[in-house]
Amino acid sequence: MPGEEIAVRVRGVEKSFGGTRILEDIAVDIGRGEVHALVGENGAGKSSLGKIIGGYYTPDRGRVEVWGSEITRFTPRDALGHGVAMIHQELQLVPALTVLQNVFLGQESNRAGVLTRGDRARFAELEQTCNFGLDPDARVADLRIAERQKVEIMRAIARDARIIIMDEPTSSLTEDEASRLHALIARLKAQGKTVIYVSHFLDHILANCDRVTIMRDGAVVRSADIAGETKRSLVASMLGREADILWPELPPAPGPDAPPVVELRDVSTRAGLSGISLVVRPGEIVGLIGLVGAGRTEVARAVFGADAITAGQMLIDGVVQERLSIREAVEKGIALVPEDRRKQGLVLTQATRPNISLATLGRISRGGILRNRDEIARTRDMIRHFGIVPARVDGRVVSYSGGNQQKVLLAKWAVARPRLLILDEPSRGVDIGARQRIHEFITEMARAGTGVLLISSELEEVINLSHRSYLMSEGRIFAEEPSAGLTVNEALARVFAEQDRHSAGQETRAHE
Amino acid sequence: MSDAPTLSRRPDQRPPVLEIAREYGILVIIALLLIGLTFASDSFLTPRNLLNILNQSAPLAIIACALTFVIIGGGFDLSTGAIFGVAAVSAGWIAIHVDPMLAILVGPVIGMVLGVVNGIIITAFNVHSFLVTLATSLVYRGIAILITDGKLIPVRIPEFAWIGRSRVSLFGLEVNVAVLVMLAFMVLMMFVLNRTTFGRKVFAVGGNSEAALLSGIRTRLIVVITFAMSGIASGLAGVITVSRISMAEPQAGAGMELEAIAAVILGGTSIMGGAGAIWRSVAGVLLMALIGNGFNILNVNPFFKDLTTGVIIVVAVALAAASPKR
Repeated sequence: MPGEEIAVRVRGVEKSFGGTRILEDIAVDIGRGEVHALVGENGAGKSSLGKIIGGYYTPDRGRVEVWGSEITRFTPRDALGHGVAMIHQELQLVPALTVLQNVFLGQESNRAGVLTRGDRARFAELEQTCNFGLDPDARVADLRIAERQKVEIMRAIARDARIIIMDEPTSSLTEDEASRLHALIARLKAQGKTVIYVSHFLDHILANCDRVTIMRDGAVVRSADIAGETKRSLVASMLGREADILWPELPPAPGPDAPPVVELRDVSTRAGLSGISLVVRPGEIVGLIGLVGAGRTEVARAVFGADAITAGQMLIDGVVQERLSIREAVEKGIALVPEDRRKQGLVLTQATRPNISLATLGRISRGGILRNRDEIARTRDMIRHFGIVPARVDGRVVSYSGGNQQKVLLAKWAVARPRLLILDEPSRGVDIGARQRIHEFITEMARAGTGVLLISSELEEVINLSHRSYLMSEGRIFAEEPSAGLTVNEALARVFAEQDRHSAGQETRAHE
Repeated sequence: MSDAPTLSRRPDQRPPVLEIAREYGILVIIALLLIGLTFASDSFLTPRNLLNILNQSAPLAIIACALTFVIIGGGFDLSTGAIFGVAAVSAGWIAIHVDPMLAILVGPVIGMVLGVVNGIIITAFNVHSFLVTLATSLVYRGIAILITDGKLIPVRIPEFAWIGRSRVSLFGLEVNVAVLVMLAFMVLMMFVLNRTTFGRKVFAVGGNSEAALLSGIRTRLIVVITFAMSGIASGLAGVITVSRISMAEPQAGAGMELEAIAAVILGGTSIMGGAGAIWRSVAGVLLMALIGNGFNILNVNPFFKDLTTGVIIVVAVALAAASPKR
């Protein structure tokens, strides 16, 4: 084992959940004693890869080697046996127990199962390595998140972990706590530990990691030494897309004096929006450009009545809306295709037909009684229109591919014939064919007079599919541009410049 | 079916035989039991015995049908037995002191009110229905005891007895009114679940509450209605039982909440919500009734009845859980 220079070697790993491929032919080498970042947008597969190495998921295909020996059973316990420990986004501690009890949970000093003294001495020993200054008798429930993380790290070291996977370790830390964590990582590295650092905080990665593997859509884009990377180069790889996509032709944009379908005036919400003003006109596709956390999804939720507006006004067809509920928004012709289709969009226990009908039950019923013939006919039309495969009215959506699931979701709102269609990451995790169809659908809707609000982490998609874009950062809109005049690089540069301006003086963060 | 591209069978689809066995396993077990009992005893396969089984199961079947809505909607109702009790003593009191026909109506109405109270507490405070109905079942049982001062109320009124006791002649058979009420209720529940927009919404709320909310469905209202239905059914079942035994007692229906849940689960409705069927719950009730009847006919020690039912439930649930879902 010593002398082995590769700590973790991943080859040809694939993983699917219910027909959705989340990891595809992954190959990564993680060298001994390095701090290796896994980076990518939400849904790129970085956490899933971490969980496979940590023994939480079993890959469908491919091999994982730790210190040169192949892993055959994927359980957290087996991973620990190979010296791999994972520290989760949601920490896995028992809040009612003390620090000491948590650190040695399952490894208490004992004789024939009866607890003995000895844990304290072991704790003191660990503390010499870690130097965290934690009180062993404090209850974990009383600790701050950063301190709980330290407990998890101590637990990993107490179990002789030599490879520590940290999944989004700084996502709930203050900047100050994060830098202390990074100092600790440096100490772990000095002791010869290998750290796999899963994150989308680019500044943290650039400042603290040795190597980086960039992922997109479940595949590895590239691995490289951090020395040659910049925030721009990372983002370009995270968001970039093959050039072979054909963008459909946009319908003509409505004139600037066309009355808007929806208008926001100085809108703020508790979810972090402040002073948002925007308009969407009938037949117009409007893009929201910004990084994760810029407030794009929050704008969608505010317009859809899902988040209450605390200041400012929202108008639908020129009429001011008071305390709009989701049900009212749907009645007034607003549709939202949410970003997480499995959690927020589809009812996976149900078939294609009820899923497509869900938002428009009133139109295929009389007096609350469903008209089956109409519903089946309408569902068939939609299956044909979107090319949903398998083409079965009562097909089990749960086993459909990501692209076909997304088509079902789009069909659900297409039958509603909305006045405003909000699409949040409509082509995330779908194959190229479905993506093309989804793009055509967006232009179809606009051509028929629907206003479209388009959110996508793929800037190319937003820029090529919209008439006009708003640039967002930190819950605000800082610029409005005709999309035809934008390029991906220029848009990115402006988003970063705005962020730097905003956080000038503090240490910068890629995301809020 | 359509001119869209046809696809060859996906490799993850299981062989149809297994699929059918899993889907309709409960019916297979009932059929086997019917055949077995027919051979085991001459007195089993008689119209009289079969009608008797149905008649005895009617109150439980009515509750199980409505409870199916609660469970598909992602909820749990532990208060059906207590609502049964409140409805029973209220109906008994009103039959004696006010009017027998009014009493028959009052049971379900009281049940509905108590069910709505459950639903409002659950949705307003966002507490799991298991906890809420566990607590309200104690409260409701207490109310039932208060109403009668803990005593039994004999209800010997002919106008009140018809729903539980009388029979009508159908196709040469003497069929209990209670059985007809149960069948009518079952058909109504099937219709509501499968053919109305409300039924669809119940499936959606139980399957993915957030997706339902983001589709413009009033998810809380749907939950309240499912509990109201469960209450109505419990009230109706209580009235039938009082009418049948001519006695209203505050402890009536104790334990029935668990039998009803067992029947729904045994039938194969998912405890996770979002999937299930009325016929499954009725089949669950019948299976439990057949086991009981079988023990009687075969003169087996009735102590084994609960044990057998429990083992069958464990096996059914384990089979359902073992089926690959993703």
